[in-house]
Amino acid sequence: MEVTSPVRKPLVTGGKTVHDVTVDVCRRVEEKPTITWFLAVATSLGLLTIGLYAVAMTLWDGIGMWGLNKTVGWAWDITNFVWWVGIGHAGTLISAILLLFRQRWRMSINRAAEAMTIFAVICAAMFPVLHMGRPWLGAYWALPLPNTFGSLWVNFNSPLLWDVFAISTYFTVSLVFWYIGLIPDFATIRDRAKGIISRTVYGALAFGWNGSARTWERYEAVALILAGLATPLVLSVHTIVSFDFATSVIPGWHTTIFPPYFVAGAIFSGFAMVLTLMLITRKVYKLEDYITISHIEMMNIVIIVTGSIVGVAYITELFMAWYSGVEYEQYAFLNRATGPYWWAYWTMMTCNVISPQLFWIKKVRTSIVATFILSIVVNIGMWFERFVIIVTSLHRDYLPSSWAMFQPTVYDLGIYIFTFGLFFTFFFLFAKFFPVINMAEVKSILKATGEKQPAMRESATTTQSVEEMSPTTSKN
Amino acid sequence: MTAGNKFLVGVFDDDDVLLSAVAKVRESGIRIHECYTPFPVHGLGDALGYKRSKLPIAAFLFGMLGTSLALLMQFYMMGIDWPMIIGGKNFTSIPTFFPVTFELTVLLSALGMVGTFMIISDLRPYGKAKIFDLRATDDKYIMAIDLAKNSIDTTEIKQTLVNAGAVEVNEKHN
Repeated sequence: MEVTSPVRKPLVTGGKTVHDVTVDVCRRVEEKPTITWFLAVATSLGLLTIGLYAVAMTLWDGIGMWGLNKTVGWAWDITNFVWWVGIGHAGTLISAILLLFRQRWRMSINRAAEAMTIFAVICAAMFPVLHMGRPWLGAYWALPLPNTFGSLWVNFNSPLLWDVFAISTYFTVSLVFWYIGLIPDFATIRDRAKGIISRTVYGALAFGWNGSARTWERYEAVALILAGLATPLVLSVHTIVSFDFATSVIPGWHTTIFPPYFVAGAIFSGFAMVLTLMLITRKVYKLEDYITISHIEMMNIVIIVTGSIVGVAYITELFMAWYSGVEYEQYAFLNRATGPYWWAYWTMMTCNVISPQLFWIKKVRTSIVATFILSIVVNIGMWFERFVIIVTSLHRDYLPSSWAMFQPTVYDLGIYIFTFGLFFTFFFLFAKFFPVINMAEVKSILKATGEKQPAMRESATTTQSVEEMSPTTSKN
Repeated sequence: MTAGNKFLVGVFDDDDVLLSAVAKVRESGIRIHECYTPFPVHGLGDALGYKRSKLPIAAFLFGMLGTSLALLMQFYMMGIDWPMIIGGKNFTSIPTFFPVTFELTVLLSALGMVGTFMIISDLRPYGKAKIFDLRATDDKYIMAIDLAKNSIDTTEIKQTLVNAGAVEVNEKHN
């Protein structure tokens, strides 16, 4: 019986055994943190502290501290919100959509990508919460709670309210999905732990997991259904985020192309952020055998596809503005490309449309340095995309008398820095105390796709039900 | 599991060996208490004679509950309790209620199913794991046999386990 695919490269290299996977991943949790790790955490905490000043000033003096004015009522806050939410999308795509498509290469990256999702959504939530001005009253504005403030209920016709439901559901379901996957790995750490503290802490986190066949059977059913639920969920989240704009009548926003275009853009920027983080983690933790060049290549291919969708969307927008014959729409796009914010538009075009096309060259998409640089370029480009959509559409609206420019203040910048500090603090803590690779899942594919695979198969006295274990690979 | 029972714990090196061993052990009339593996071994549930999990049904029912609650909430708040004129449109309309309905369906379905899973599998914070062999979460595949529930002679069960490919057979009180 042939299980190995002759065309696919092994997903785990270096002749790893099941025990090697445990050791390689648990070692990072068990060993003392390095000086580099302390420096990294200190830097992130430094950014967090600097940013906290901007947050405190915004809460104390109000959002007048930001660069907003009567024309541009939304700028960096919503730009950063959409940017962070978009970044989060890659984690769910990797863990849910690629699970449904039985893409096994997701298994060594899904844990970190899902962690990134959760941290990115937390960072995103900061912006609408702070934009409320008085967030301590926010629960009454955002949630259907009985109150005595006037309009009794929230407006269920508003896309901003849909956002509240979409983002909080997305956060909750992603967190649950991530944690369910972590339970077996926490049990592995618990069963290896020597110290009393680590045994207690990981024992509490492992929820009493013992790996019984019955629980695994249920676990797999749960994982599959959660993936099935998370797939339309992740598509709905950025669709609803795009409704914030698309349901309005502002030129440049009022288009039906927004939902698919935003979802593609979200996955595009999310994969770029996953690459940025994973290339560093892989190097620092020496995980080259688990996150191989072919993993990086796969992610780069997703970047080409989604980046090209984004490019086509930009061109479609231009075409539709011309074809619609609507003067305001036409001016909005002319103003984007040639108006006072032309530099933002062309940065977006270069970073998002032109630079990812370099990944068509195999040498570029298999090069770690090129991938790292381009992943950052893509995220800069995607930040400018949101800035361009939001600010250039708002700053010159229907009435020329109210045309204005937007200039960010140091507080706009400070809150953005705050979210970076928050994100990286969470990520470094995760990388130290949590298993960064899903051990159970990687172990389950070792036989089918590991390098030692033929030897391991021969040592088994039977190959019964190997066929059903790997329906995707056995067909090749 | 009742306290004080005596168990035979067969340790296997390979998931495929365990799978065939389960079939062999069950054929010889021995009742298996449970198997423990570091990752989901496909086909193990079938080999042990477990029925398919009914969790998908739980997920569906909780999802339906979410849909109903979301629609009821929105129709009550916007249509009955405090109707608001927004742009001269209808007080209530299915299309604008759809996003919130969808999100709450997904939320309740996921939380309800995961909650059910945790309860029926006895998983909770600080839950105490019933462990036969610590290596079951690392790289060993464990088969536990409750001696109190088997009338066959212990040495014979041991022999069957070794013949089926067990690398170690230990006794354990649990």
